[in-house]
Amino acid sequence: MLQVRIHGRGGQGVVTAAEMLSIAAFEQGRHAQAFPSFGSERTGAPVVAFCRIDDREIRLREPVLAPDVLIVQDPTLLHQVDVFQGLKPDGYVLINSTRSFDELGLAEVSAKYRHERLTTLPATEIARKHLGRPLPNAVLLGGFAALSGLVSLEAVSHAIGVKFTGKVAAANVAAAAEAYEFMKKEMQELAHAQAN
Amino acid sequence: MLKQIEGSRAVAEAVALCRPEVICAYPISPQTHIVEGLGELVKAGTLTPCEFINVESEFAAMSVAIGSSATGARTYTATASQGLLFMCEAVYNASGLGLPIVMTVANRAIGAPINIWNDHSDSMSQRDSGWLQLFAESNQEALDLHIQAFKLGEELSMPVMVCMDGFILTHAYERVDMPAQAEVDAFLPPYEPRQVLDPAEPVSIGAMVGPEAFMEVRYLAHAKQTMALERIPQIADEFAQRFGRRSGGLVSTYRCEDAETIVVALGSVIGTLKDAVDEMRDGGKKVGVLGVRSFRPFPLAAVRAALQGAQRVVVLEKSFSVGLGGVVSTDVRLALSGLQMHGYTVVAGLGGRAITKASLVRTLTEAVADKLQPLTFMDLDWGIVNRHLEREKTTRRSGPIAENLLRDVGAVASKVH
Repeated sequence: MLQVRIHGRGGQGVVTAAEMLSIAAFEQGRHAQAFPSFGSERTGAPVVAFCRIDDREIRLREPVLAPDVLIVQDPTLLHQVDVFQGLKPDGYVLINSTRSFDELGLAEVSAKYRHERLTTLPATEIARKHLGRPLPNAVLLGGFAALSGLVSLEAVSHAIGVKFTGKVAAANVAAAAEAYEFMKKEMQELAHAQAN
Repeated sequence: MLKQIEGSRAVAEAVALCRPEVICAYPISPQTHIVEGLGELVKAGTLTPCEFINVESEFAAMSVAIGSSATGARTYTATASQGLLFMCEAVYNASGLGLPIVMTVANRAIGAPINIWNDHSDSMSQRDSGWLQLFAESNQEALDLHIQAFKLGEELSMPVMVCMDGFILTHAYERVDMPAQAEVDAFLPPYEPRQVLDPAEPVSIGAMVGPEAFMEVRYLAHAKQTMALERIPQIADEFAQRFGRRSGGLVSTYRCEDAETIVVALGSVIGTLKDAVDEMRDGGKKVGVLGVRSFRPFPLAAVRAALQGAQRVVVLEKSFSVGLGGVVSTDVRLALSGLQMHGYTVVAGLGGRAITKASLVRTLTEAVADKLQPLTFMDLDWGIVNRHLEREKTTRRSGPIAENLLRDVGAVASKVH
């Protein structure tokens, strides 16, 4: 079972991101369960949402305590919330930032995990470009598809189309696609750098 | 048709498939998404003919439901927590009058202290109201139980609460199989009321009944719930035949056949319990789960039959009778009267405290070793409890408990973990 935890702030579409991820997984024939950590719906307040993906029925109803994947929609949370709590040693991390892991002051954290699975993505900038608004949720899912290969970009695009309609859906699909390409390129560069 | 949707949406669509003619509700978390969804379906003309009535309170919601059901309209509402308490007087009237209203209770704690999160205090408070109470384990079951609830309630002319865990189910996206309209139509016939307010054939409903017949009217409510003990499994069978999956029934068992220890529970925690039991079975511990689907009527015989081969029974409940202990436990004990076995009550998950598999395995391991207290509050923070007890011992003006405890845990405001 794959367990995903998404951190962000109220208004950033954290819950919607988890829901879209579950829809994407469902689209690929898998069982998925998405749910929010309830109660803190105020704009700007830290929000957490969860998604589990498996090939069999998911019965577990506890919050995701030991995630395989961590998506951080707002890097300012890094100084407020212990987002890495319980992260599995081989876990994936995707942080919305223009800065690298080391530049974010996370060198110590990154030493504990697999370096090639820890990445940042300028999701707010990509969102602004396509949506005109700093909504990074769908963008990060595009990036996550590239980073992990655990869901396809097509499935993510489908999920965006389920949750949004018209121009908003199209803009989010385009933004997710750009994030996907960005991440693919970054991973190639990383692999290249490591090979040298 | 398989869909990946929110639990609330699944229930809204299932209720719409039952062709309700009147829906009246007042929004309250975590129920709101259900009636919002139904409101959209009515407004879009997808659900027609149906009147969606906005009311000014939960008391009005149940009062309108009583009025519309009395005119022979299939009637639905939903509520939770304080909303259920606010409509309480009318809740008793609906069952006393024998009106087959179906109501979703999106289970949530009751204040004070105010708390929007899940436990079973709300529906348990209406345990003796005369309504049938069915508890869903998953969103699929919540969806299915609503379809069964209309059939069951209307046959008996009794109202039914379908209880589903607030947030844990209502706000969870998961896979559900949504039946087709034609299938639901074939399963659920149009409502044939036993009593109807009809200007063409005037009757009055709601007479005052004195000592000469009050007990008999109440007994008849009990007789109907006793009939429901027979009809609930039959309806679950009919449902399984038509829709190809088992949902509902009086109880469900998981790995109980050779179990020495059986955990009894209601609602969505059964899922986590199944995972905990699998882990314990892998470790050689013979543990099983008994899920109670129908809490009212309470299936004494089915519970006894499922438990009598075990050596010990743990009732895990998200409800608590202050001054006594478990609510469900009391009923389970009645089912086991005369049998010699160890019995434990574990109160867990009050006010939304997460019930983790790890805590369940730890608690059940203690039970298996007969080291558990007869009444255990799982994951209780004894530090802040004892600190407050000490404060009350030493200081007369010890202040408000809720604020004191929040200060002790270092929270400026309520948070999630």
